[in-house]
Amino acid sequence: MNVPETTEASNGYAIRADRISRHYKMGEALIRAVDAITLDVGKGEFLALLGASGSGKSTLLNLMAGLDRPSSGTILAMGRDLAAMSSEELATHRNRTIGIVFQSFQLLPRMTLEENVELPLRLAELPRPERPGRVREALERVGLAARTRHRPTELSGGEQQRAAIARALVNQPMILLADEPTGNLDSKTGEEIMSLIAGIHRPPSGPGRTIVMVTHERVLAERYADRIITLSDGAISREERLR
Amino acid sequence: MKIGDLTELAARNLREAVLRNSLTTLGISVGVASLVALLSLGVGLQQLVDRSVAHAGLFDTISVRSRQSNPLGGPGGGRGRPRDAADLEAPRPLDDAARKEIEALPNVLEVNPEVRFTAEARREPVSQLVMVAGMAASSQNSGTLDGLNGHFFSSADAQEAIVQGDLAKRLLDAGQAPASLLGQEITLRFAQRQALPPPSQQGANDAPTQAVGPDEEAMGFSIIPSEKKFLVVGVTPASDAGGGPVGLNNSGVYLPLAVAEKLQVVQQGDLRDVSRSNSAQGMRYAALNVRASSPSAVAQIEERVTHMGFAAFSLIDVTRNLRTFFAIFDLFLGIFGSLALAVASLGIINTLVMAILERRREIGVLKALGAADSDVRQLFFAEAGVMGLAGGLFGVLLGWAIGRAIQFATMIYLKRQGVTPPNIWSVPWWLVLGAIVFAVVVSLASGIYPASRAARLDPVEALRYE
Repeated sequence: MNVPETTEASNGYAIRADRISRHYKMGEALIRAVDAITLDVGKGEFLALLGASGSGKSTLLNLMAGLDRPSSGTILAMGRDLAAMSSEELATHRNRTIGIVFQSFQLLPRMTLEENVELPLRLAELPRPERPGRVREALERVGLAARTRHRPTELSGGEQQRAAIARALVNQPMILLADEPTGNLDSKTGEEIMSLIAGIHRPPSGPGRTIVMVTHERVLAERYADRIITLSDGAISREERLR
Repeated sequence: MKIGDLTELAARNLREAVLRNSLTTLGISVGVASLVALLSLGVGLQQLVDRSVAHAGLFDTISVRSRQSNPLGGPGGGRGRPRDAADLEAPRPLDDAARKEIEALPNVLEVNPEVRFTAEARREPVSQLVMVAGMAASSQNSGTLDGLNGHFFSSADAQEAIVQGDLAKRLLDAGQAPASLLGQEITLRFAQRQALPPPSQQGANDAPTQAVGPDEEAMGFSIIPSEKKFLVVGVTPASDAGGGPVGLNNSGVYLPLAVAEKLQVVQQGDLRDVSRSNSAQGMRYAALNVRASSPSAVAQIEERVTHMGFAAFSLIDVTRNLRTFFAIFDLFLGIFGSLALAVASLGIINTLVMAILERRREIGVLKALGAADSDVRQLFFAEAGVMGLAGGLFGVLLGWAIGRAIQFATMIYLKRQGVTPPNIWSVPWWLVLGAIVFAVVVSLASGIYPASRAARLDPVEALRYE
């Protein structure tokens, strides 16, 4: 596939990957975690990545996040080639263009919720007076406005994940990447989190966001995602468009 | 990240492992304290020597002699600098005209003749051969008269004397305190010059008033024995106490300079300088003591005087060696003091490396949220810097306290030995500032490796770390 490299040419796509690979060397063995995957994620699309453990879905998500660099191929996020970016540019990409939600929440236990949510704003060097409003807005959106002074250890798993979503959204990124966001939660709480993510994808008012979610729960994927891509041994084994 | 956020996060991180970070900071403090304590003693000792020398007037005094009579020889006088003879004026007599010319030089406070002669001091029935020196009023506060019993001369032309303690003891009866000489009179016997009448006058009278030999005629003056009484108004504690303007400190009796001048005494070297006379050509001096407005002006005045055709000598060159000694002494003290700080820097490295291991996941989260490598590096640098700053501030206080304790202990010891305790401890502002800056710089340098290691962490690996 001929991947356009300009913003104009990539209009309509949030992420475009062209024969992207991520290979590791482990001793003498070469691990092909992601092997020549080509895929597009449209702006405003909700894509679910399914697959067994070790199929390469988290590695692909890390490549989209700019947390990892591809061994070969190109990957564009909002029209910009991540493989060609410097580490500083990649950091800016992670701070402004995307928001990441992890399976294990990854909130800093030493900080209160509002401090955790404020972190991306500090890194974005947002003026101090603007920060409290943005933090409050993000926490209100996930229903945690009353828990701002609590530390993560004082919250339930579901609340922690909601706080992590607030942190991912506080810089108003175009793309939300979620790595098994319900993996550490019971099914009921998982449903709540998925409803929240669905609300972020298509809010009642205002622009929606592109969402790429890694999950191993097909039921949830089928209920909320626009498209499901199943990975196997680092390659796409199946693609289903649901909506 | 902005510096305010960086500092805030660094301080928060340091508070989290408060015991470990406090111990590391204490290590820096001990290093800084040893540095400050040692250097403050070095600086204090140097200042003590500087004060003593400056107090004695050694730094701002230049001794000027006629180049013909310069006992040190050489055209450059006592400084021993080889000079191009063509640059110098021809040797000139050290007379009133020269004195006025030197007085007119910039930065010259005063020019006094050096009057110093051997005399017999008598207080019946004892007599002693002593050195007598004229003392200018400006020497009153020099170290020469430290601990003086009695008072300084009541006026410039008072017939008064200040006697050194040892001489006073010898002149008094056994068992009497030197101060007992105060208010008593002593007689000084000395060789006096007497000017001869001009040859024309001699011819006119055709009857010389006294027998004059052919040698005396050639000199222009005759030498006669003379004596004069002086009231003792001051007695110094001991002959070896203190210093004084060049050449004064070994004298047994001091007289007001103007009085000593008027005595017309035959001074050392007079017979060699037979050209000196009290004739119509005016007074000629054996030597002049020139006092400069500050020690920094001495070299320039010395240069001008030398070019005027005289030999000049000051102790600036000699004291330069003393300063070099103290610079090396301070350097060694600094090195020993820095050793403790070097050990403390290993503590910083250890603490920060431990922090990387403990906060691996946190670093991964920060990177996932958009922290650049430089942000992580700066965060660890800031933590090292905060520890260095806190350690430096506390270390200066600790060093100050240690220095005070050493000074206190030294004072007690010296007092028990019967010595007046000097101030051997000084913490100048540059030492305080320098020690804090040094602590921060050493801490930042110690943070280089941990900060680079933290910045290089792979975020994916870091996020997986449990």
